[in-house]
Amino acid sequence: MTGALAQSAPVIPDFGGGSDSCVRRNETFCWDWFSSHWGSTFQPALLQHIALTAIAVGVGLAIALAAALVAYRRVWLERPFTLLSALLYTIPSLALFQLLVPITGLTRLTAEIALVSYTLLILFRNIVTGLREVPDEVREAARGMGLTPLQMLWRVELPIAVPAIVAGLRIATVTVISLATVAAIVGVNEGLGVPILNAIPTTFNTEFIAAAVLTIGLALVADGLLLAAQRILTPWARRA
Amino acid sequence: MGDFADAFEFMGSHLGLLVSKTGDHLVLSGAAVGVSLLIALPLGVWLGHLHRGSFLAVGASNIGRALPSLAVIAVGIGLLGIGFGNSMLVLVVLAVPIVLTNAYAAVDGVDRDVVEAARGMGMGPLQVLARVELPLAIPLIFAGVRTAVVYVIATATLAAIAGGGGLGDIIYNQASYGLPGVLAAAFWVAGLALLAELLLAALQRAVTPRGLRGAPGAAAAVGPSEGPRAEAVA
Repeated sequence: MTGALAQSAPVIPDFGGGSDSCVRRNETFCWDWFSSHWGSTFQPALLQHIALTAIAVGVGLAIALAAALVAYRRVWLERPFTLLSALLYTIPSLALFQLLVPITGLTRLTAEIALVSYTLLILFRNIVTGLREVPDEVREAARGMGLTPLQMLWRVELPIAVPAIVAGLRIATVTVISLATVAAIVGVNEGLGVPILNAIPTTFNTEFIAAAVLTIGLALVADGLLLAAQRILTPWARRA
Repeated sequence: MGDFADAFEFMGSHLGLLVSKTGDHLVLSGAAVGVSLLIALPLGVWLGHLHRGSFLAVGASNIGRALPSLAVIAVGIGLLGIGFGNSMLVLVVLAVPIVLTNAYAAVDGVDRDVVEAARGMGMGPLQVLARVELPLAIPLIFAGVRTAVVYVIATATLAAIAGGGGLGDIIYNQASYGLPGVLAAAFWVAGLALLAELLLAALQRAVTPRGLRGAPGAAAAVGPSEGPRAEAVA
């Protein structure tokens, strides 16, 4: 009797919504299920995702900025840096996560190493280009005013390069938000990839739509915040 | 480190499996890239020629960049089920914005003075497109194609979850192939992506008209107006 029942009805796993007919019919989006699982599933995953992204972009920016400042003074270093970061950038994310697992285990570190490696090319190239595009007259004028090289970098060159740097940060951030979902596949139990991955074998629509929408929303919000930060950091550009 | 040695041993003992999965992988990627080019190239070139629809091209690139591939695949499974067709469609959705944005930006960005001069010489709109705009736009159009190809090869690995087949089948199935198999397939995919990148870089150099080689702009900053995964090696 039970065997016949199991065969006739598709197996919908129990998501704790036993009496919820929306969940039992696996409708496109069950708002009640989502709101009752927000605190236990989605909010922690979203916060982990933000942490993964912030650390990756922060570390990536620090490395890329250091490398760019070196390459800015020693031009011959630009090509090897670019090639190395392009090599890392080309390796598919799933492969890179997987290859790191035997070395660093199923930890946040594994996810971060891979995510940082995807920010380097974008950030390095944009910072170098931003610095190179500072007009020579501006540099001459700064030197004429008696600025030391360090003052010139901090007070003239970097501020002028801000739009290019922020453009790179926006692409890097959105890329990392997208790729961080992949970390869940190799078994790193963090971020919005986890609910997506959980929902794949069960094909429970609400779970992956919620996680996908949160990921896309996070990307759009982060992009908007960085753009706003650029406006605030470059008040002189607003008139133009 | 023993894991990696085992992975290379797996490559030797399961060469046939890896080669056949690579074949599936390339068929899936090739089909997805082919469909994407058919959709995005004519549309991007035509809009760029008319200097219209920038909102479409820019919007496509912004949305394309924000779409996490795994999320698109997951939604694809929910809406379309599992199989080759679904995986291909998902890859097309992810590749079209890259090609479209680059094709649009390439043709739209051709120096207007050059186009004026061509018109002044008596060329019709189609002649201007075929003999002036397209040759000048080729490097940037090709950069988009190259980015899309590498992106699709990388993402096709994820599409194994949606039943697309290919090398992702091995990476995603540690229960059957063991860690050495998973690592071997990971190396294999990485190699495949790098190989595609190098081949396309060489091809890009070959299709670039001689007068444009080494032109400035090769090192331009990756701004939001360029494709999601802008050109990798200049």
